Amino acid sequence: MSKEDIVRVEHVGMKYQSVNGEIDAIQDVSFTVKKGEFVGIVGPSGCGKSTLLSIISGLLRPSQGKVFINDEEVVKTSEKVGYMLQKDHLFDWRTIYQNVILGLEIRKNLTNENKEYVLHLLKTYGLYEFKDKSPKQLSGGMRQRAALIRTLAVKPEILLLDEAFSALDYQTRLVVTEDIYSIIKSEGKTAIMVTHDISESISMSDRVIVLTKRPATIKNVYEIDLGCPNRTPLKCREAPKFREYFNAIWKELDVHV
Amino acid sequence: MYDNNNLSPERIKYLKKIKRQKIATWSIRLLILVLFFAVWEVAANLKLIDTFVTSQPSRMVKTLVNLYKGGDLFLHIGVTCLETVAGFIIGTILGTLIAVMLWWSDFASRVMEPYLVVLNSLPKVALGPIFIIWIGAGPSAIIAMALAISLIVTILEVLNAFIHTDEEKIKLVETFGANRLQVFTKVVFPSNIPAMINALKVNVGLSWVGVITGEFLVSKAGLGYLIVYGGQVFQLDLVMTSVIILAVAAALMYQGVVLLQKRLAGRQASDK
Ligand SMILES: Nc1ncnc2c1ncn2[C@@H]1O[C@H](COP(=O)(O)OP(=O)(O)O)[C@@H](O)[C@H]1O
Ligand SMILES: [Mg+2]
Repeated sequence: MSKEDIVRVEHVGMKYQSVNGEIDAIQDVSFTVKKGEFVGIVGPSGCGKSTLLSIISGLLRPSQGKVFINDEEVVKTSEKVGYMLQKDHLFDWRTIYQNVILGLEIRKNLTNENKEYVLHLLKTYGLYEFKDKSPKQLSGGMRQRAALIRTLAVKPEILLLDEAFSALDYQTRLVVTEDIYSIIKSEGKTAIMVTHDISESISMSDRVIVLTKRPATIKNVYEIDLGCPNRTPLKCREAPKFREYFNAIWKELDVHV
Repeated sequence: MYDNNNLSPERIKYLKKIKRQKIATWSIRLLILVLFFAVWEVAANLKLIDTFVTSQPSRMVKTLVNLYKGGDLFLHIGVTCLETVAGFIIGTILGTLIAVMLWWSDFASRVMEPYLVVLNSLPKVALGPIFIIWIGAGPSAIIAMALAISLIVTILEVLNAFIHTDEEKIKLVETFGANRLQVFTKVVFPSNIPAMINALKVNVGLSWVGVITGEFLVSKAGLGYLIVYGGQVFQLDLVMTSVIILAVAAALMYQGVVLLQKRLAGRQASDK
């Protein structure tokens, strides 16, 4: 444990209760994330990845263990955490601008300064001309970008991405990954990204945490060092060591059909 | 998305075909209506049917004119429409409010569920005499009847829509720390406006049923009153005329709701 750890997950376990029984989703998961780091979490579908992110975000209380953000225990949703879900969930009944200020509206933080910031983000990331349009008129990639701006608008320090690209088709996905990655880096955010896509995870992360099948425990952790300067996800995919990491993690996941 | 400036020959042909179809549909519709009344009239004139029990279009027109001259026509139409609109509006607002409360509290909705099911399956007409005794014979009892018929259905429909709001959309606003009220105002309510308008459509029809039933039981004016009265004194002219007026009024009100729906949908579309 060091001073620069922004997120600390300590012995977190989660058992869902229902009338029909108990689902053991997570068992004793511990890890830390440093400021500015990009951490990928991979694991088979249904192993408990979304549950883990919900716990880190404070949406869900773990049944065991604790999560700390900046040394403060997480007990409810924190202003420091931004969450990106699998789909963009832009609301059809709002314009793009009204969509991206949703978080500020809910937090009753719609100051002039914040409005300026939102407009600045829209301008920087090429959505300014679309601000009064309906989400229906945007392409999948632009919608995802709008969703990211909606998350960034509340100025989180940490971004949680839950399969944030998996609703997109493959081509769009590569471009959007590139796009979102550069935005996250240029805004200097810390990120934890959950996915079942090994390549996506290696291409974006500084570190990949591999989870077992449900109940999720940490099986292995890979420091990703592809030796490519000015890394972008696409460049990383071409690095020679990419396949090595891929094969190692693939074996680790032990996928059976 | 569509290239509508330069119409290709294929497009012109297609548009012409659509137009032809539309004209044909409307002509046949009109023809059926005219034929129906013409056959009725001719059959009555040739004494093929007994106008004492079937009435006859020309006599219905005469009845209509008499009602108008007597100054009662718009009174009856007005009373019935007013009762229907009142029942409709109160039913919709009250039903939606109760649905909101039940959505709000899982516990309350669990507790209320069997009561709603029983009330929903109860033939509401049975409550008529109770309303008359409690509220008195008058328009209020009739509106209560309309409410009884539409309220439970509204609650169930709207609650069902609320409950099935996209969980992920709710999760999204919760990641921003939304409380229950914000979850409702930012997601649940706006995303269910189409479902609520559909409930309105069902409601218009049910309010008519309620009002006419109520007027059958107790009334001194209204289309339902005219129909019952006409039946009692065996004046089929009056009965038939009132039924036709009723059909027109109900259709107009339904179209009103459809128009409202289009306006709302149009407003969303024009945001584009
Ligand atoms: N609210 C819940 N109640 C009960 N069980 C749940 C709930 N959410 C998820 N689960 C179960 O927990 C397990 C892990 O789910 P999840 O975290 O969504 O997995 P992943 O995101 O890795 O696909 C699954 O078996 C799922 O059925
Ligand atoms: Mg998931």
